[in-house]
Amino acid sequence: MREGIPIPEAEKPIPGLGSEYGLLQWIATVDHKLIGIMYLLTAILFFIIGFILALLMRIQLIHPANTFLSPEVYNQVFTMHGTTMIFLVLTPMLTGFATYFLPLMIGANEMAYPRLNAFSFWVFLSGGILLYFSVFTGGAPNVGWFSYAPLSEKFFSSTPGVDYWAVSVLLMGIGTIGAALNFVGTTLTMRTKGLSMRRLPLFVWMVFVNSFLMLAAFPVLNAGLAMLLIDRFLDAHFFVASGGSALIWQHLFWSFGHPEVYILALPAFGMVSEIIPVFSRKPIFGYEFVAISSVAIAVLSFGVWAHHMFAVGLSTPFNAFFAASSILIAVPTGIKIFNWSATMWGGSVHFTTSMLFALALLIDFTIGGLSGVGFGLVPIDWRLTDTYFVVAHIHYVFIGASLSGGIAATYYWFPKITGRMLSEKIGKWHFWLFFIGFNGTFFVFHFLGLLGMTRRVFTYPDLPYFGSLNLFSTISAFIFGISFILFLWNVFYSLRNGREAGDNPWKAWTLEWYTTSPPDQKNFGKIPEVRSRRPLWDLEHPENPDWKKKSWIK
Amino acid sequence: MTVMNKNKVGMLFFLGSESFFFISLIIAYAYYSHPGGKLSETARYLDVAKTSVFTFFLLASSATVGLAGMKYGSGKRNQALAWLFVTVVLGIIFLLGQGMEYSRLINQNITISKDVFGSSFFTLTGFHGLHVLAGLILLTVISLVLLSGKFMKMEKTALESISMYWHFVDAVWVVVFITVYIGAVL
Repeated sequence: MREGIPIPEAEKPIPGLGSEYGLLQWIATVDHKLIGIMYLLTAILFFIIGFILALLMRIQLIHPANTFLSPEVYNQVFTMHGTTMIFLVLTPMLTGFATYFLPLMIGANEMAYPRLNAFSFWVFLSGGILLYFSVFTGGAPNVGWFSYAPLSEKFFSSTPGVDYWAVSVLLMGIGTIGAALNFVGTTLTMRTKGLSMRRLPLFVWMVFVNSFLMLAAFPVLNAGLAMLLIDRFLDAHFFVASGGSALIWQHLFWSFGHPEVYILALPAFGMVSEIIPVFSRKPIFGYEFVAISSVAIAVLSFGVWAHHMFAVGLSTPFNAFFAASSILIAVPTGIKIFNWSATMWGGSVHFTTSMLFALALLIDFTIGGLSGVGFGLVPIDWRLTDTYFVVAHIHYVFIGASLSGGIAATYYWFPKITGRMLSEKIGKWHFWLFFIGFNGTFFVFHFLGLLGMTRRVFTYPDLPYFGSLNLFSTISAFIFGISFILFLWNVFYSLRNGREAGDNPWKAWTLEWYTTSPPDQKNFGKIPEVRSRRPLWDLEHPENPDWKKKSWIK
Repeated sequence: MTVMNKNKVGMLFFLGSESFFFISLIIAYAYYSHPGGKLSETARYLDVAKTSVFTFFLLASSATVGLAGMKYGSGKRNQALAWLFVTVVLGIIFLLGQGMEYSRLINQNITISKDVFGSSFFTLTGFHGLHVLAGLILLTVISLVLLSGKFMKMEKTALESISMYWHFVDAVWVVVFITVYIGAVL
């Protein structure tokens, strides 16, 4: 294998909090595994906060004209919920898995830029802390996760909440760009011998493609945020009525914001592209199509942003272009759904918790994708924009794809990270309560949206069905919440009492399962030359290795 | 296939990412400098002649940093250091020129808060200036490392990566100069 990075590498297992270095080890580390774990812990911490915020909203909306939260507080709660879940939960969850597993899956001992890796994480975390520090400075931001101008300007939002929002998102953006540089650099320069791009594990492929999205999308947001801050601090005129244009903020935000949706979805697609073949005991169906359709999604995702802006009154050709591109992007996404289904076809499917969550992604993301195609049609968008139908759509995409994928990956990779298995018994309870709770909470939002319930308003009138559907949603939200208490209990319990995992508990085929669980600080001593897409299959079946077959599996 | 160099790959993609930042600011400038579809009156106050001269200094620094790299590549450390020094001086001259332009404009009451032209002009050229400053810091640091004699063969790509950054900053200025200054006289 290629030479590692010239950093001191101890040959002992990951030092945990109990080690002689204690907390310092975590703060000073440049090891990709420790940094990956810190990303994942950050995601869990903020997930708990974000979920409590969501439950506060559901309590407020349990019946019409409720007075549990004041309108001012409600505005802060939904802004913090959205910003937290997107930037501080889904992003670090996916970045964390990629940071931990990308080097392991390509047979490297480190990322390409270990110091940049640590820098990215700490800048990112500082952004998260700043966002919550705003609570102590006169109120959290209260203008929504996309902070539309001119509401976000000084004249309408004079408290520092929006300043903290802008600076913290800017910092998280810089951290994410750093992480993306690392993913690209590592994938291009650190692959082990024989691991050509056409043999890369699909998770690595998706993270690689995704990094280009991050590198291109976040600078656009950063430019917008810089302009917003200059407006607020130096009295510039970018997004205000005195010569500026609030529409430019929307263009800048959504030309970041829509690629961001795919930034959060593609790694999850990568995860299930690893999980479904392993639990179907079959190689992925149409590897090339899964990989290339990701590239197509990445390219198209930069041409769809204005479908968030149909309601502002752009010209008809403009609307038509973005309607067409938004519908077109469903094609490469649909290809993946067929690939995963065809992988299961004729395989011997093992319904582990991980596989169940991967299947949940297939079902729920398809629902979210279909409502998305609906929004691509301008008249439907005009009818449904700013209603709960949008809220349903965004949650079916973010929870249905990103979070389901992330949890599937947690059950799949937890044994590698900790050396112990998560309890399948608690896992099954977690899954079914998750599936029932999630769909119960959000499916009714489709109906509420069609009935005309507007999003981001702290209460609603007592119209037919409004009260009962909202009550149903709130009860489901608590079932959803209980599923995550079980999940946290499962993690906590299994860390001490889980079954020993061994190197390769799932009999998977990619290189991360070649090393010990958990891996030593030095990931690999030596590694077999990769000759196909399934190196561990070749190793265990010397009589029938993939590279001797004449099929596309190579 | 030759093995790609880590440092240069990282710098290449970093600059790719940076270009999206500048493209956003340049498009914003192009939009905001034309309120109502024609060029803002404020654009007349820009000093195109003087800025052209300072642009020449910045472009020259791209050549000198290239010479520094060539000299270093052929093992002539002292000559490389000399060319790096010239590069830093040229960069400083450019920034002084930008400072003069800024102070002249501000004296004529054209500021970032005057109108939307001022906002977008100072934001675009200001962010470019900050990138020049960052480049000067990088060049100074690499010069000091070179001077201390601890510049090992393995780290040769450090100088090449910094050159890439410096060329990028110059190239961005060419686009900014054409958009802002040539655009103001056309």
